[in-house]
Amino acid sequence: MAALVIAEHDNASIRGATLNTVTAAIACGGDVHVLVAGHNAGPAAAAAAQIAGVTKVLHADAPGLDHGLAENVAAQVLAVAADYSHLLFPATAAGKNVAPRVAALLDVAQISDATKVLSPDTFERPIYAGNAIATVQALDAVKVITVRTTGFDAAAATGGSAAVEVIAAVADAGSSSFLGSEIAKSDRPELTAAKIIVSGGRALGSSDQFNAVLTPLADKLGAALGASRAAVDAGYAPNDWQVGQTGKIVAPSLYIAAGISGAIQHLAGMKDSKVIVAINKDPEAPIFSVADYGLVADLFTAVPELVDSL
Amino acid sequence: MKVLVPVKRVVDYNVKVRVKSDGTGVDIANVKMSMNPFDEIAVEEAVRLKEKGVVTEIVAVSCGITQCQETLRAAMAIGADRAILVETSEELQPLAVAKLLKALVDKEQPQLVILGKQAIDDDCNQTGQMLAALAGLPQATFASKVELGGSAGEGHAHVTREVDGGLETLKVRLPAVITTDLRLNEPRYMTLPNIMKAKKKPMEVIKPSDLGVDVTPRIKTLKVSEPPKRGAGVKVPDVATLVAKLKNEAKVI
Repeated sequence: MAALVIAEHDNASIRGATLNTVTAAIACGGDVHVLVAGHNAGPAAAAAAQIAGVTKVLHADAPGLDHGLAENVAAQVLAVAADYSHLLFPATAAGKNVAPRVAALLDVAQISDATKVLSPDTFERPIYAGNAIATVQALDAVKVITVRTTGFDAAAATGGSAAVEVIAAVADAGSSSFLGSEIAKSDRPELTAAKIIVSGGRALGSSDQFNAVLTPLADKLGAALGASRAAVDAGYAPNDWQVGQTGKIVAPSLYIAAGISGAIQHLAGMKDSKVIVAINKDPEAPIFSVADYGLVADLFTAVPELVDSL
Repeated sequence: MKVLVPVKRVVDYNVKVRVKSDGTGVDIANVKMSMNPFDEIAVEEAVRLKEKGVVTEIVAVSCGITQCQETLRAAMAIGADRAILVETSEELQPLAVAKLLKALVDKEQPQLVILGKQAIDDDCNQTGQMLAALAGLPQATFASKVELGGSAGEGHAHVTREVDGGLETLKVRLPAVITTDLRLNEPRYMTLPNIMKAKKKPMEVIKPSDLGVDVTPRIKTLKVSEPPKRGAGVKVPDVATLVAKLKNEAKVI
């Protein structure tokens, strides 16, 4: 019995979500191998070999694997799947895109967003936007799992010394191609990996005010910026900042919610944060029901004051 | 061009579900049911493509109990032309639904299947990708923009996708499967005349066995429980107190 973790990477390095997925794989019992499927991804494969607890790295390299196209990555996973009892993907946009293709072609069910491994075939996962937790048993021989990264600690990125085995890359399916991307370049920490997140809601009123008020606080704290769905829908913040059931699921040490009322769908994305601070002028806002520290105040005065006193 | 739009009947997104005291599931008796919001976006997108003259026929499909007919009528009120219900009272999991849809894709031969990226009840985010894999089709998930191009027989779609860190654009050969994200469009309201018209549109009802699909669940739900409660903390009177608490009590800054 062995588990295969499908690494999330940018060819040059391994993304943090992979480390949490390794921890989930270790909990399934047995050896843990990592698949790095990419193009010129040698550095990523070498980094994967350093992860504590990983005993082997499979490295498949081809132009068709460059941008994580689901058709090609799924085929690459299937090419080695026979050796594994568990196939684990981080529950990120990339992992969610590929995992169900693999499960369907193996004719097995998929466990989505596992937050706990109770035994090699039994898992916990949130349903109904986190309003209920289901304990589920996978009856198929092979378990295909996407791992909610906030449910598992990150494995140490160094300390391991796994062998890297180069495997044959699958042929490009040719049915889809990558045209381009608009990925925001930022010096800030990645939202899902940040220790501190400053998040804003519709109360910010505009994109300009969102940046003018929250950026100084995020800069001061070295924090990532997040937003509620209402703020994103209103165009105050880019879509990839959205925290919530249908956006990013985060669990930082400190989450500061400014002008966020606290819709169920938002709470589902951040309620596992260690410490939650809510700043809102409505004392009845639902966000206060999950906040460790609530400040009933106008964010336009309170946030600058907070910046000054840090 | 024909488009297939699978839709799911789910607990309305405004309802806060309660876990049953015996831990067997959530209580959905006497709860308002609606079309999965992501699927509603999918229907709207198909209708917009039809209004642009790119699409000629929209077939809505649902799998589940008799009451799913209401969901299909709603899809037809938004603008779908006809509907197919694969009726069963068995529990349907994503793999089974994908197999049913695959059989319908074989039968109907659509150029495009467009459906929600996930259902808001089981939050699985699997069906579209599974269908694409089983039908041997390319996929473009989490779409925030869809443009169809090319010529008959050689069509393609340019799809902008919401990914971690921003957006990316893929070109997929048709036929293909597209799953919708929140910002693809804002579905229109159903008007009374369109609701009346939808009642007269054709609806075919078939069984999973008619499609030769075994829908036996592969995942067993052992228990459903309440999530751990997070207690409300304290209200602080001013920013100075807040900073002091974060420094000395929570020790997070």
